[in-house]
Amino acid sequence: MDFQEKLVHDLVAKHGTDRENLLPILQGVIDQERYLSEEAILKIAKEMSIPAADVYGTATFYSFLDTDPRGKYVIRVCKTITCAMKGKNQIIQAIESFLKIKVGETTVDKKFTILQTNCLGWCHKAPAMLVNDDVYTELTPESVVDILREYREEN
Amino acid sequence: MEKYKMHILICGGTGCRASASEAIQNNLQDALKAKGLEEEVQVVMTGCFGFCEKGPIVKILPDNTFYIEVKPEDAEEIIEEHIIKGRKVMRLLYTDPEKKEVVSDSKHMGFYKKQIRIALRNCGFINPENIDEYIATEGYAALGKCLAEMTPQAVIDEIKESGLRGRGGGGFPTGLKWEFASKNEADQKYVVCNADEGDPGAFMDRSILEGDPHSVLEAMAICGYTMGADKGVIYIRAEYPLAIERLKVAIKQAREYGLLGNDIMGSGFNFDVEMRYGAGAFVCGEETALIHSMEGLRGEPTVKPPFPAESGYNGKPTNVNNVETFANIPVIINKGAGWFNKIGTEKSTGTKVFALAGKINNVGLIEVPMGTTLREVIYEIGGGIKDGKKFKAVQTGGPSGGCLTEKHLDTPIDFDNLLAVGSMMGSGGMIVMDEDDCMVSVAKFYLDFTVEESCGKCTPCRVGNKRLYELLDKITEGKGTKEDLDLLRNLSTVIKDTSLCGLGQTSPNPVLSTIENFYDEYIAHVEEHKCPSGQCKALMQYVIDPELCVGCTLCARNCPVDCIAGDRKEAHIIDTAKCIKCGACMEKCKFNAISIQ
Ligand SMILES: Cc1cc2nc3c(=O)[nH]c(=O)nc-3n(C[C@H](O)[C@H](O)[C@H](O)COP(=O)(O)O)c2cc1C
Ligand code: SF4
Ligand code: SF4
Ligand code: SF4
Ligand code: FES
Ligand code: FES
Repeated sequence: MDFQEKLVHDLVAKHGTDRENLLPILQGVIDQERYLSEEAILKIAKEMSIPAADVYGTATFYSFLDTDPRGKYVIRVCKTITCAMKGKNQIIQAIESFLKIKVGETTVDKKFTILQTNCLGWCHKAPAMLVNDDVYTELTPESVVDILREYREEN
Repeated sequence: MEKYKMHILICGGTGCRASASEAIQNNLQDALKAKGLEEEVQVVMTGCFGFCEKGPIVKILPDNTFYIEVKPEDAEEIIEEHIIKGRKVMRLLYTDPEKKEVVSDSKHMGFYKKQIRIALRNCGFINPENIDEYIATEGYAALGKCLAEMTPQAVIDEIKESGLRGRGGGGFPTGLKWEFASKNEADQKYVVCNADEGDPGAFMDRSILEGDPHSVLEAMAICGYTMGADKGVIYIRAEYPLAIERLKVAIKQAREYGLLGNDIMGSGFNFDVEMRYGAGAFVCGEETALIHSMEGLRGEPTVKPPFPAESGYNGKPTNVNNVETFANIPVIINKGAGWFNKIGTEKSTGTKVFALAGKINNVGLIEVPMGTTLREVIYEIGGGIKDGKKFKAVQTGGPSGGCLTEKHLDTPIDFDNLLAVGSMMGSGGMIVMDEDDCMVSVAKFYLDFTVEESCGKCTPCRVGNKRLYELLDKITEGKGTKEDLDLLRNLSTVIKDTSLCGLGQTSPNPVLSTIENFYDEYIAHVEEHKCPSGQCKALMQYVIDPELCVGCTLCARNCPVDCIAGDRKEAHIIDTAKCIKCGACMEKCKFNAISIQ
């Protein structure tokens, strides 16, 4: 069994094959692989006896269940009103020029993906962003680069 | 908590944690140890104090001293001066921005004076990761009382009498909802806590879950008891990692104490809670969509009836309540409906938590009695507008709400009053705007949000909101006409009347309320092609004042598109048709001759 097969198999064993467990299983794959590849979707469909198109249709409804390859660290910058009022654009520019990619793209080394998202509930500390499960607030063009530098240097 | 003489509370809310509260805690503990005081003074990490603007916050009990913007290096001085010598560290105290006076304790801060804390009662007071502290503040007493002394119907009657209305936005009477769910017979029923908070500007539910997760678990168990449900599910958005962590800890501790699980407190009542995580879809906050998402389906709303109370999760009777609604329940049981319903207004009892954000001095969380006016919230508690600017509007109710203005400042805030003035209570986000904000752009912002978050199931919402957005975009580009304003209005009405769920039924509100309250501003955009607050880039014009220009040529040499003409020592002129509005000229001019119009 390859890694992905085992991952899907274990997740299904843990949660069960009922339809209501589809989201937790998809989320489990995302945790490990950061996106849902076609192969992963087919494996889940098979293990749970749900049509693959249905699994795909469900996944694409949710913005956190990506079906495009993502980097190890997915950066989600809040673009909603308070963050926008507090200079979210400058933050995006700083990230883009530091990582040399645009919003929606992934770095060649597959380490980072930049995305935008809606309100993260940290509006009083705007601008805010998520890097995987970590929240960063009151960003400045300088602080955001420091944060990402640390991610880039760690291994 | 009794054995200690003094307590040092450190805010462990996300805002303060992000800026060093853990290092502060360690340093305080080290300093106490160095002085041999660790048995007398307890250091506690708590939930958010609501004063995040000036975090990290450190509060000392019993005297309520309130230190702001504390740094790890300040720990030693706090112990040395305050704890040992009894002298407050003046430089860390809060200064009232209006009166310019130093305020020595939280009881005298305008921010806290007008507030009554029910849902937030424990936030900032107890360590949310320690169930003993929750129990020490009457925690799980309400559940005990219900199980031992009250019939399910008696509990429902108490909640009905309290007048509590759902805090998730709709304002539906909670007791009535519980009664429906209890009357529907089934072999399995569910209690669901809606923690999918996603309104722009809202962070009340996150703060409650981070600061006092047990209050929600206790209330869910009480609800389960009234309706005969033994399963609870918390649906929480994945964007809230700290709240998720705190809930997991709380569930584990409650199980260990026998407060969740089988035969709770020897009563024979079983109840357990599990968690489900959202995956970045705002519409899943709508209760039918939330239920479908829990079932593993696309989170699309469905028509009500059937209401979840009849046929919800897995087709079984399900009661969905919001986090803040739940957080009120234990207090109502402990203190009685008669105590609760005297707070607030006749039809909206109790308090409401609001999240203040935007151009206001004290951003953060507040909880005030229903019926408090916007003026009190913005000026007395919120400390007024940032940088001495002029108040322009406050947006309440997120993408379902509207912009309220100067003339609404004295409206007492409750469910019905806000509806009457074209906004909504919503979940409680308040975004304050000042004179620099363009209201057409604000409306466009909300529509951008709705277009993205619409699930696409019904046409008026999917297509209609897109059209609204395009019209607003056209106006901010300076290409709008007066007819477009009528079109906006008509289309808004159609979308409201024909959409399937609450998202589409309320999404035009930001457009309608800004047209209603800021008609002049729309007119300026479509007739004069001007943006009065200078926000719409397409409508800005850089002009050179010939009186002030000395003809130094600096601007012309810096213009990237060479659109500034003029001879040396003569007034220069910008060719506005060619100008790309980069602002370089204005930055360079040493004589302030260039301005935006
Ligand atoms: C688009 C949309 C989003 C919603 N989002 C939330 C939410 O994030 N949290 C919430 O408690 N209620 C939300 N609601 C309201 C819920 O449908 C439901 O009324 C509420 O959870 C009931 O709880 P309550 O009676 O305690 O307020 C939303 C409604 C709509 C139409
Ligand atoms: S109104 Fe909008 S969000 Fe609601 S069901 Fe229709 S398309 Fe979906
Ligand atoms: S820089 Fe200012 S003063 Fe000099 S030519 Fe331009 S507008 Fe005139
Ligand atoms: S704003 Fe930029 S493009 Fe326009 S006149 Fe000034 S320098 Fe030139
Ligand atoms: S608007 Fe960015 S966190 Fe709320
Ligand atoms: S996070 Fe510390 S006061 Fe709000």
